[in-house]
Amino acid sequence: MSGFLLPVITLVLKDILLEVRNKEAVSSILLFGFLVAIIFNFAFDPTPKMVGLIVPGIIWVSFTFAGVLGFNRSFVLEKDNGSIDGLMLCPVSRDVIYFGKLIGIVIVLLFMEILLLPVFAILYDFPLFIPELLIIAVLATIGFSAVGVLFSAIAVNTRSREAILPLIILPLTIPVIIAAVEATSAIIYGDALGSVGRWWQLLAAFDVILLVLSSILFGAVLEE
Amino acid sequence: MVTENQFPADPIRVVLLFLSGILMFISLWLIFMWAPMEQVMGQVQRIFYFHVPIAWVGFLAFSVVFFSSILYLWKGERHWDALGHSAAEIGVLFTTLMVISGAVWAKPVWGVWWTWDPRLTTSLILWLLYAGYLMLRAYSPTNAQAARYSAVLGVIAFVDVPIVYFAVSWWRNIHPEMVVGPLAESGALEGSMVTTLLVSLAAFTVLFGYMLLERFSLRNMEDTLGSIKSQKGGM
Amino acid sequence: MQELPAITVQRLTKSFGDRPVLRDLDLNLHLGEVFVLFGANGSGKTTLIRSLGTLAKADKGIIRIMGRDLRRRGAFLRRFIGVLTHQTFLYDELTGQENLRFYGQMFGLRNVNERIRSLTEKMGLQRVLDKRVGTLSHGMQKRLSIVRAVLHDPTILLLDEPESGLDEEALSLLGHLLSGEDKGKRAVIITTHNLGYGFGLADHVGILANGHIAYQQDRGSLDMEAFRDIYTGYLSKAPK
Repeated sequence: MSGFLLPVITLVLKDILLEVRNKEAVSSILLFGFLVAIIFNFAFDPTPKMVGLIVPGIIWVSFTFAGVLGFNRSFVLEKDNGSIDGLMLCPVSRDVIYFGKLIGIVIVLLFMEILLLPVFAILYDFPLFIPELLIIAVLATIGFSAVGVLFSAIAVNTRSREAILPLIILPLTIPVIIAAVEATSAIIYGDALGSVGRWWQLLAAFDVILLVLSSILFGAVLEE
Repeated sequence: MVTENQFPADPIRVVLLFLSGILMFISLWLIFMWAPMEQVMGQVQRIFYFHVPIAWVGFLAFSVVFFSSILYLWKGERHWDALGHSAAEIGVLFTTLMVISGAVWAKPVWGVWWTWDPRLTTSLILWLLYAGYLMLRAYSPTNAQAARYSAVLGVIAFVDVPIVYFAVSWWRNIHPEMVVGPLAESGALEGSMVTTLLVSLAAFTVLFGYMLLERFSLRNMEDTLGSIKSQKGGM
Repeated sequence: MQELPAITVQRLTKSFGDRPVLRDLDLNLHLGEVFVLFGANGSGKTTLIRSLGTLAKADKGIIRIMGRDLRRRGAFLRRFIGVLTHQTFLYDELTGQENLRFYGQMFGLRNVNERIRSLTEKMGLQRVLDKRVGTLSHGMQKRLSIVRAVLHDPTILLLDEPESGLDEEALSLLGHLLSGEDKGKRAVIITTHNLGYGFGLADHVGILANGHIAYQQDRGSLDMEAFRDIYTGYLSKAPK
C-alpha cells in the first residue's frame, strides 16, 4: 500500500517541518490553551471542594478552543500559494490528503496537551502522570480533529472563517467533549459508577464513524 | 433548455394544503375539546400535543436534508440542493418553535425555563446544526460552494445527532439532578391521549410536506430564472 | 495514424452556479503535439485546465487521458499530468530544494535528487535552491514552479498562461524544455493571451469562445497576421 502510507507520511513530515519553521504557530496554541485555563480559574474561583467538578471541564474547554485555533492554521498554510491545489495534483486519492492533514494536526494538538496537562496537574493538584488520561486525550483529539480537518478545509474558503469554524465544529463534537470531560473526571477523581469504559467506547465509536465519513466526503470539499 | 413545470406540483400542493388544513382543524378540536385533562399538570400539559409533533417535524426535516445532501453530492443536480436548503429553512423554524414550546411548558409546571433532558438537549443541538448549515451557506462565496459545503455538513450532522443523543443520555445518568421536567416524567399515556397525539403528528407532518413543497418549488423557479438570465448574458 | 489520442474530451460542460463556462467542449490531442488555446478573459481557459488537471469536476462530459476515464482513474492518471498555473503551489517557508523533494516524494519518484539537479540547472535555479521560497523574486518562484510541474516527467502538460511572470530568459528556457528531444513523448496544452509567444510554440492553434473551441487550425497553414484578425474578431464578440 505504498500508494497510501508513504504519501501520508510525506505529508505529515512536511506539515511538521512547516510548523517547526513557523514556531509562532505551536507556541500561540500553547499559550492560548494556557490562557483559557487561567481565565476559567478566575471565572469560577474553585474552592478545594469544587475543584473536582470544574477542573476536567477547564482542561477540555481550553484544549477545545486551542484546537479550533490549530485547525484554522493548518489550512491557512495551504492557501498561500494555492498549495492545496498542488496536493490535489499528486497521484494519490483524496483521502490521503485528509489523513495526512489529520495526523499532522493530531500530533500538534497532542504535543500541546502533553505540555499543558502537567501544568494543570500542578495548578490544580492532581497526580501528574496517569496513562488512562493519555488514552482519553488521544481518542478525544482524534475525534475532534476528524471533524476539524474536514470543516477547516471548508472554512478556509468562506468569508469570516474564524467565526464559522467553531460554530460548526463545536455542536458536532459535543459527544467528544462530554466523553472527555466525564472520563477525565472519573479517572482523576474516582470512578464510582464505573463509567470510564463506556466513555472510551463512545469516543472510539465516534472516532471510527467520523473518520470514515469525513475521509469519504473530503474529496467533495476539495474538488470544485 | 428550460422546461416549464418540471415539477407538476400544483395539484399536489392544493391537495396537501387542504389536507393539512383539515387535519389541523380536527387536531385542534381533539387537543382542546376531546383529550382528557392530565392529572398532574393540568391544562398546560396540552402543549405536549404541539411540542412533540413540532419536534418530530424538526427531525423529519433534518432527515430530508440528509437524503438530499447525499443525492446532491452523488448526482450534482441542483434540485437536490434546493430541496435540502428548503428543508433546512423549515427545520430551523420548527426547531425554534420546539425550543419555545418546551420552555413555555416547563416554566409553569416545573418553575424552570429549560431542562437538560436528552431529547430536548439534542433538539437544541439540532437547532445549532441547522443554524450552522444556514450560516455556512450564507458565508460561502459562490452558490456552488454553498451547495457543496452545506451538503457535506448535512450528511455529517445527521449521522452525528444520534451519537449526541447517546452522549447526553449517558451524561444525564451521571447527573440526574440536572434533569427535571415534563418529558422526564412522561409516563404512560392514556388511549385517547395517544390518539390525539397521533392526529396532531399527522397534521403537522402533512403541513411540513406542504411547506416543503412550496418552498422547494419557489426555489426551483428562482434557480431556473437565474440560469435563464445568465444564459442571455446578464441584464 | 490511428493511434489513440493522448487527450480526448467529449462534450465537457461546467457551470459555476448559474453561469455556464464550458459548454459541450470537444478536444483531441495526440502525443508530440502542442496545442495553443487563445481566448478572452473569462472564456473558460483556466476552467478547462483545471478540469483536465482534476482540480475541478465537470458537470457533464467525458475526459480521457491515454484512453482512460479521468473521473474514474484520477489518482492513477495524475502521475502522468503536469500543471502550471498562476499560483506556484510552493510553500513559502520551505526552501526550493525542500519543496521539490516534497513533490518528488509525493509523486513516488525514485531518482528525485537527480531530477531536481538536472531540471534546476536547465532553469538556472542552482543558486537559489537553498533559500526559502518566500524570499525569492516572483520570477524565480515561477521558474521553480515550472520545475515542480515537470519534475515527474509528465506525458500531459497543461500550462495556463505560462508567459505571465516570466522574464525573457526564463521564457526561452521553458521553450527549450517544451521543444527538446522529448517533445514526441508529450502532449501539451497551453493557454495564453500572447499571440507572438503562443504562435511560436504551437502545432495547432485554437480559440475558446462561447464555452467551446470555436476555431481550430494547424499552425502550419496559418499566417500569424491572419490569425490575429480572426482572434480579434472573437474577442470583440465576447460578452463583457
